[in-house]
Amino acid sequence: MGYPVIKGVSYIIAHVPDLVRYGSKPTRERVKDPSLDQKIKLSLRSFDEAKNYPPHQVFIGNLKPEDLWNIKKPWFENLLPGSSRYSEWGEIMPQDEFYGLLKIADEFDLVYLTKEFSDRVKAKLIDHILFDAADMKRLGEGIDRDKVVQKVSAGALPLLDGDDLVGCIQDGHDEDDNLKADILLENLSCKASGILAIRRALRSHQQDPAAIDFIMNSGEEGVGDRYQRGAGNLAKAMAELSGCYNSTGVDIKAFCCAPVHSMVLAGSLIYSSIYNHVIVVGGGALAKLGMKMKGHLTNSIPIMEDVLAAFAVIVGPDDGYNPQIRLDVIGKHDVSTGSSQQAIYEALVKKPLDRLGMKIPEINKYSTELHNPEITEPAGSGNVPRNNYRMIAGLAVMQGQLKREEIDDFEKKYGMPGFSPTQGHVPSAVPYLGHAREAILKGELENVMFMGKGSLFLAKMTNLSDGISFIIEKNQGK
Amino acid sequence: MFKGKKVLCIGERDGVPGSAIAECVKSAGGEPVLQLTQCFV
Amino acid sequence: MDLEDQGIIKGTVDEHGRENLMVVLGSPDAESAEIYAETVTTGDPTYAGPLAGVSLGLQVYHILEDEVKAEIDPVIYEQQIGMMEMVLDKEAISKSVKKIREG
Repeated sequence: MGYPVIKGVSYIIAHVPDLVRYGSKPTRERVKDPSLDQKIKLSLRSFDEAKNYPPHQVFIGNLKPEDLWNIKKPWFENLLPGSSRYSEWGEIMPQDEFYGLLKIADEFDLVYLTKEFSDRVKAKLIDHILFDAADMKRLGEGIDRDKVVQKVSAGALPLLDGDDLVGCIQDGHDEDDNLKADILLENLSCKASGILAIRRALRSHQQDPAAIDFIMNSGEEGVGDRYQRGAGNLAKAMAELSGCYNSTGVDIKAFCCAPVHSMVLAGSLIYSSIYNHVIVVGGGALAKLGMKMKGHLTNSIPIMEDVLAAFAVIVGPDDGYNPQIRLDVIGKHDVSTGSSQQAIYEALVKKPLDRLGMKIPEINKYSTELHNPEITEPAGSGNVPRNNYRMIAGLAVMQGQLKREEIDDFEKKYGMPGFSPTQGHVPSAVPYLGHAREAILKGELENVMFMGKGSLFLAKMTNLSDGISFIIEKNQGK
Repeated sequence: MFKGKKVLCIGERDGVPGSAIAECVKSAGGEPVLQLTQCFV
Repeated sequence: MDLEDQGIIKGTVDEHGRENLMVVLGSPDAESAEIYAETVTTGDPTYAGPLAGVSLGLQVYHILEDEVKAEIDPVIYEQQIGMMEMVLDKEAISKSVKKIREG
């Protein structure tokens, strides 16, 4: 059997401006500065602005990453009016529908929506191709607004739609910080967005949910309780509501490089015939909403961390058609690798290519950290993908595989502009997987390398970072 | 310049990591008393 | 600069005193290097963190500056920094940090 293949990928965005206040940074800052709520409110985007935002259209697949080279910056001022919220393998969901999805994903009656709002959402979701009658039953009828007000005054976290109170989420336990409403909202947001991504992937690529054996969630939420913080398993919870009833799952934790780790693991589970079809999913990260809002507010630009993003990848056995994962040349950052950038890039890029006898410029495209620079630059964190491409180019120069004067062009030739919402693990290489699959199937590319990096040191358990890479290539057929 | 000095090494994940700075400082006779690697993403 | 990290820096300075202390940065561009350099000399320019209005006045350098490089074992420098020296805008970064250092 040949190496496993990428059968399909989906990407979804949920535009949730009124959840920005519950991101980690805004939550901490709002306590210190009560005037912040108003400032945030004035800097939020409308759904149309988020939908017509060029990087979002690239993320869901209606545009290619390279198209962004030709769209004038700032992209938030050069919107693409009339863009579709749907794509062949993705969508941008508005906030009201996402609140409905939160309710649908809620197994423990923690989320309450008002009657009026439930009716409004039901009228929309009933026509949505990914929702059925069972979902409408789960959505329910809603409760009186007065009751929601009562719950909020008793401590529930309000769900707002603009200035309207449309629902709330309650604590799951009186004394357990891991089950407080804010944490549950974080976990439920990951679950709901992950479900949407899985359903979209299955639907778009005509994959039978019953044929999925295993799901890996690479999202960064630590679901659990006081005795087992971060115990998991959101993957299985997502499988349950995606029709994958023959599947179990597991959460993979490795900071931002969890998606790339998961891809390698998914491939090896299939190649070893343990499972036939595996989905790698990454749910959205509520904690990251508004993370860099200070930079955005200071520069009087919209708060662009107002979206949750998620992806799902269907990995399956060799079908002689779809691009294959080269499991024989995985790059990894070992404990002994060291922390300098050249050590990291040698481990992730040079070593695997050496095993193939290939040079850096023989890979057609590199997919690295694809954070949208328009979000990071105003906050003083630079253009992350550009820096990464320069490092790969620098390594190629050190190896005598590229001329020094070619470093500046490397990004355009072998890379792409960053286009992913800054959702932690989501931007880490995987946003290009769908585009890469298409380009390889169309014969535009032969191979692509994906590399993810993770800042393990943030957890204060080790000073090490992490990294892993894999190559996909054109299937030569049976 | 570094001999006998205590040094705060403030690096960045997508620049030079704190630990790489610390290695250099040690080789020059300095004592890294803090290693930070910032991650904004 | 990250507010928590400002707190850590302040704590380290309180512990070791300012006299014998210096800072070496590894920021990837001139803008962020300048903000960092400013934060550890005249205080947090965004007035948001624990170093707002705190003038630590520490000697600050960037690892890419020539006068720093000259002090470091060349083999180790090449291993740890060599590639970044080639890909980052060394001149602009050095200039912005020097400007802050020399007031």
